[in-house]
Amino acid sequence: MSPEPRHVKVTLQTTLESVDLGEDLAQQVAGTAGFDEDERYKIGMAVRECIVNALEHGNRGDAKKQIEVRFLLEADRLVVQVQDEGAGFALNAIPDPRTDENLLKSSGRGLFLVRTFMDDLQVKRGQVGGAMVTMTKLYSTNHSGPADLNQEKEKEQ
Amino acid sequence: MSLKINQREADGVTVVQMSGRLTLGDATVQLRETMRGLLENGKKKIVLNLNEVGYIDSSGLGELVSNFTTVKNQGGELKLASLTQKVNDLLTVTKLYTVFEVHNDEAAAIQSFR
Repeated sequence: MSPEPRHVKVTLQTTLESVDLGEDLAQQVAGTAGFDEDERYKIGMAVRECIVNALEHGNRGDAKKQIEVRFLLEADRLVVQVQDEGAGFALNAIPDPRTDENLLKSSGRGLFLVRTFMDDLQVKRGQVGGAMVTMTKLYSTNHSGPADLNQEKEKEQ
Repeated sequence: MSLKINQREADGVTVVQMSGRLTLGDATVQLRETMRGLLENGKKKIVLNLNEVGYIDSSGLGELVSNFTTVKNQGGELKLASLTQKVNDLLTVTKLYTVFEVHNDEAAAIQSFR
């Protein structure tokens, strides 16, 4: 019987400080899950970019809105969800930043990096509105799986 | 770790030495202001030495591209030198390696302006 997935949930304010905080937490959770240094960097970067996206494009810098980040440690993968309070967006509407017409643009690379660094990326409408970005990183074949988190944690910033 | 920026002159080339993380916020603003100052002082041959920059996010990449375009539009050249492995990998996956002239070390980047 596979163990129940463990989860960590944080609610972040719509501030620049939340970007670094979310990235740091992602790296800690990825470490707990047993990912190596390179994978922790990629997971941290992916979460960072999703929080920036939520802050700038979802909540549009509105300090009254929040960003919720959930980490789920499952038997074979780490799933991270980032939810904002914005209008939502369609992933297939995001242009490829590597094309000639986009290469010299100063923005538009964040979700591309998320897609590059993670194994799966989905965007849906959240239960209470906003965008719910779900990204998944599978454990590699020689991965030992998540260490015991001791207990389910819920943190509030 | 915040970003530190120092600059020096070598053979008519301005070398901007960066150290730390180039990410959304103060770091990208700091780089933009540094580059604006250089252009206002007529410095148009610029090398960004990135040997102590181990982390750049998408905002930092955007800032590099924006500065590249600004310098080029003013008749100058902005080149990169001494990339760390992570930054090298980022430029590769985003295809920005095709935009920037990248040199293995600072001396080679300075030499390339001759």
